[in-house]
Amino acid sequence: MASEQSDSSVEREDTAQQSVRQGLVHRVGLSLLHSREASIAIAGIVLVIYFQSTAPAFLSIGNIANLVGYAATTAIIAAGEVMVLICAEVDLSVGQVYALSPFVMYYAHGAGLPFVPAVIVGLLPAALIGLINGLVTVALGIPSFITTLGTLFIINGLTLTISGGFPVAPQAGPLVSNILGGNAISQSVWAVSVMLIFQFTLLKTRWGMHTIATGGNLIGASEVGIKTGFVKIGNFIICSMLGGLAGMLDCFRIGSIDPLAGGTEIMFMAIASAVIGGTLLNGGSGTIVGAFLGAVVLGFLKDGFTLSGVSAYTFDMILGGAILLTMLINVHLSRLRAAGGGR
Amino acid sequence: MSEEEVLRTEHVSKSFGRVTALRDASIRLAKSEVLGLLGDNGAGKSTLLKILTGFHRPTSGKIYFESKEIHLKSVRHARSLGIEPVYQDLALINELSVYRNMFLQREIMYGGPFRILNDRAMRERAKEQLKQMGVNIPSVDVEISKLSGGQRQGIAVARSVYANAKVLLLDEPLAAMGVKESAMILDVIQRLKEKGEVSIIIVAHNYAQIFDFCDRINLLQNGQISFDRRTEDTSVEELTSLVVREYRAARETVLRPTSKTRDGSATGAGS
Repeated sequence: MASEQSDSSVEREDTAQQSVRQGLVHRVGLSLLHSREASIAIAGIVLVIYFQSTAPAFLSIGNIANLVGYAATTAIIAAGEVMVLICAEVDLSVGQVYALSPFVMYYAHGAGLPFVPAVIVGLLPAALIGLINGLVTVALGIPSFITTLGTLFIINGLTLTISGGFPVAPQAGPLVSNILGGNAISQSVWAVSVMLIFQFTLLKTRWGMHTIATGGNLIGASEVGIKTGFVKIGNFIICSMLGGLAGMLDCFRIGSIDPLAGGTEIMFMAIASAVIGGTLLNGGSGTIVGAFLGAVVLGFLKDGFTLSGVSAYTFDMILGGAILLTMLINVHLSRLRAAGGGR
Repeated sequence: MSEEEVLRTEHVSKSFGRVTALRDASIRLAKSEVLGLLGDNGAGKSTLLKILTGFHRPTSGKIYFESKEIHLKSVRHARSLGIEPVYQDLALINELSVYRNMFLQREIMYGGPFRILNDRAMRERAKEQLKQMGVNIPSVDVEISKLSGGQRQGIAVARSVYANAKVLLLDEPLAAMGVKESAMILDVIQRLKEKGEVSIIIVAHNYAQIFDFCDRINLLQNGQISFDRRTEDTSVEELTSLVVREYRAARETVLRPTSKTRDGSATGAGS
């Protein structure tokens, strides 16, 4: 009786182990399918292997610093852009805010403020522009594409006017400059912190939940009592302020403040990062981690092709192809997810 | 009626410009009663419903809630009193999980300035509430988009009940639903009725399905209540004949627009 029992229990353990093993494989497969970030992460790993094999300098310390320079601030802007995209809106003006904020900071510092408060002053016009973008979009009912297209030009003109069109250099000591993005480590810390903070905000806070609700079902969300306009305006402000922060971090890295820095290029790179990271433009879903990985992958591409001697002209073609390809994979994967997703 | 009254409207009307959607609607709802508000498309059902939810303000007439006259300012105001609508579109967010939808705008949060969600507490309570109400879903972690129409309806109803609804307004709860799904929703309504904590108004145009679950039937025709009887004093057949009579009258109006059929609809036991 006793032996019988132990026999059957051993048997049960065996099958249990087997099912655990099977379950593990199955679960990893499923989680790859389920997680929006998986495809972009795999793309990143493949690119690292490819570039390392073609150009051994790819993973050298000097080049990693380059990579950070390409990816960090784009990732910061992409985080803000994802928040706006989840609301089913878009912010085209963020690249111009990127150029404006450092100038405001520079003048605030010139007026006698220490650098850290000057950075905060630099964020104020960014917040104001976000507020205007949001208010015009929500209260006047103008599509955000148009609203932010308008503010894009206005801010660009404003930056050129107040700067006289000439670049200036931030006069910060090494300590301040190193904290505010002056080197690769500090840039990485900023980018990773922004990613973690906003991924947490999106998944674990009321603000994130209401952002998803606003973009997912605007009428439903307002029927439930969510102030959808308030949510949208808030996210425009967040996006714009992250654009301003990115601009100030980059000016310490580069060592100059250029009125024509950033612009539409960094904005489109940020949106591209968001999109290839798995954020759709229809609103209601998005991932900050994915956008971060997207920015890193774009950095890999840009840096890797530079190292391998691919010309800047071809780079844009490859970038365009990469965006279309990842989009295709994402759409296909989400269809698969929808088909076999029910647990 | 001797029972405690929860909601009553007196001669409520609503016009949109020159169009009169609701002429003279007087309804009453007793505590823990299930009232079937029936009527054809365009009879004024949804207008009356939207007045009760605070979405529209009536052009004239009075609304009483728990024997006090109220002037509903907004949906939020109505909801704060305990009048909870379950809209036809259900106001669920496809991208969010079941439990997060259940707690949308009434989230359980940890203390502190960042309003961090207490997912564990919400998950547990959602599970409990849905089980209690007999709404069967695979898991409260599933996204709403993965559920069937009946399950969604069940979740929307459960959400309203959980919000301490005193009056539940169900707008076409069985629209576009299969037999099995309808059975589940009717089961949910039956359980609520047995518990007796909420009063329910079911708005529907297909009365055969909900007939047995109602305590009383009101028929809304041409913007007024033309029929008000307890369920045991009437039958599906009687309702059908009433509706068919209306249809004939309407057809005659169309065919012979000059004849004096317009006052034909004012008959009945209403107001």
